[in-house]
Amino acid sequence: MTTATPTVAAGAQKVDGTAPTTAGRVRRRLNSRTATLVSIVIAVVWTIPTFGLLISSLRPEDEIKTTGWWTAFTNPQFTLENYQQVLFGRSSSSGQLASYFINSLAITIPSVLFPLAFAALAAYALAWINFRGRDWLYIAIFALQIVPLQMALVPLLRFFSTGVTLGGVTLMPAWDLVDEQKFAQVWFAHTCFALPFAVFLLHNFISQLPGDLMEAARVDGATHPKIFRTIVLPLITPALAAFGIFQFLWVWNDLLVALIFAGGGNETAPLTVRLAEMAGTRGSEWQRLTAGAFVSIVVPLVVFLSLQRFFVRGLLAGSVKG
Amino acid sequence: MEFDFADEQPKLLMLMYGLVAFVVVVGGLLLLLDVVPAWFARRREAQLVAASASGAPLPRRSKPREGILAIFFLLPTLLLLTIGLVVPAIRTMLLSLMNGSSTNWVGLRNYGWMFSDDSMLRVLINTLVWVVLVPVVATAFGLIYAVLVDKARFEAVAKSLIFLPMAISFVGASIIWKFVYAYRGDGDQIGLLNQIVVSLGGEPKQWLLESPLNTLLLIVIMVWIQAGFAMVVLSAAIKAIPGDIVEAARLDGVSPWQMFWQITMPSIRPALIVVAVTLTIATLKVFDIVRTATNGNYDTSVIASEMYNQAFRYGQNGQGSALAVFLFILVIPVVIYQIRNLRQQREG
Repeated sequence: MTTATPTVAAGAQKVDGTAPTTAGRVRRRLNSRTATLVSIVIAVVWTIPTFGLLISSLRPEDEIKTTGWWTAFTNPQFTLENYQQVLFGRSSSSGQLASYFINSLAITIPSVLFPLAFAALAAYALAWINFRGRDWLYIAIFALQIVPLQMALVPLLRFFSTGVTLGGVTLMPAWDLVDEQKFAQVWFAHTCFALPFAVFLLHNFISQLPGDLMEAARVDGATHPKIFRTIVLPLITPALAAFGIFQFLWVWNDLLVALIFAGGGNETAPLTVRLAEMAGTRGSEWQRLTAGAFVSIVVPLVVFLSLQRFFVRGLLAGSVKG
Repeated sequence: MEFDFADEQPKLLMLMYGLVAFVVVVGGLLLLLDVVPAWFARRREAQLVAASASGAPLPRRSKPREGILAIFFLLPTLLLLTIGLVVPAIRTMLLSLMNGSSTNWVGLRNYGWMFSDDSMLRVLINTLVWVVLVPVVATAFGLIYAVLVDKARFEAVAKSLIFLPMAISFVGASIIWKFVYAYRGDGDQIGLLNQIVVSLGGEPKQWLLESPLNTLLLIVIMVWIQAGFAMVVLSAAIKAIPGDIVEAARLDGVSPWQMFWQITMPSIRPALIVVAVTLTIATLKVFDIVRTATNGNYDTSVIASEMYNQAFRYGQNGQGSALAVFLFILVIPVVIYQIRNLRQQREG
């Protein structure tokens, strides 16, 4: 198709013999309009549950518990009371979510940074440093992705709580962490679990950098560490961003790892743990649940909406290139 | 209404320690990486000088020792993977052959329990239902939507709305849907689903208490979250179909239906497989939804949530580990299938 211009497309309609009629053209336009309409309707339906949650979280307690959120359109009554309560309320029955919000932050930031740095180093070595067994090592790390993290939970918890002894010799004492210090073991667990995918994703990007560039730098006498810092790191910023967003969403939204390694108290447990607990024990306190749920989703939502471009790029690199 | 910020300071201090540790570890590593090659270079120089001074033949210039450098690059990753994944996975396999408190060997008894206990059979069946329905429904929906929205107006916005649940935690999504399924015995309904049922003249129901319907309703949550992922990947695959193929087909006068089955489907087959496999693996490991929505009660438990219950609530490490190993065994064939497909695709 060397002449793929609009005129060809117009001509094509004449060739196939059915389209040139006005009716055919109208039908086609209607079809595409129906498709647009249907896809918008579905998108709206898809958003209604979230929208209902948002509206509900802004309604007074009595209203939420007695009438559906859709009545807010005919009988608008809005308040920020629920958020006040669930974030800052002091009684144990309120959410105290402000405290858990800080926990979520404290858990997430290092859990994103550590795997990002370690995986970038490892991915560079696996892609551009020649050493024996390189391919096997990469395959081994890649394969670790399929180990479900459930496989690691019990022994890893024991590793933290009792340390490592081999033949009566203590190789590592128990960590004996209390309260806030438990953040450290959550960071550790998240970092370990994230590494196989992080190495895989970053390796995808790093190995595709032009070989000539590396060669030229080597000829100029640059060492591997120098190439890594000055050439590779700036070039793979989009990949780092993509993985960073992935890891951020994954850690912020995680329940299982936090439940096991963080403990349940308000010193360390993140928002997800607290919310799951509230849903279980105070399942009918909708004014707190809806506001609380919205507090927990607002940060990832903002991150997601503002950085969607990078996220999608990472998703495609991670899932399709394989 | 008083929130004492001072109470939160230990946490921020801990966060600061974490960041300092990060700077020290990564910065130190990079520094080390700079120092080590320089040291080797100096040593080689010294060797050369010594050799030329003594009149001995010059040592053969060895190739730069890259292997040693690679170790430093890989050290943290390999160390963490060993401690955090490899060793624990092996230990879990061993634990699955031991009793609840991990003191005695019991052979395969935990596996026998898994396939004979009535409530466990229920769990296995539920998992099967999840694993069949979620990937199929989410992929199908994602595909239909990707085709539907392709080149439509407002495409970007419509896609974002479908994709949005990906950012919401499983816990958050479960609460969102619990609210949709909410039930009130008398008066107005507050749950959307019951309101719809009532306005159609039906009776409101306690949706999440009725087995096996409740499992299907939990599956809806997972599909709602994951369909956006399927849609984005498949949409990218559709857009990557070369324009001249589509044009040529159009010149041959194929109908949209034929176009879909003969051009679109074969072209995006690899992406379809990747999506289905990814969703299958994610579904096998689903835990948060079941725990938040029903806590595994009313016959909704699945392998991953039952594993948590056994190992961390009932203190049955053996049975919990056996479930984890079983989960692992279920994942393996799916991954092998994907790898084989990818290899064929590369060769073909």
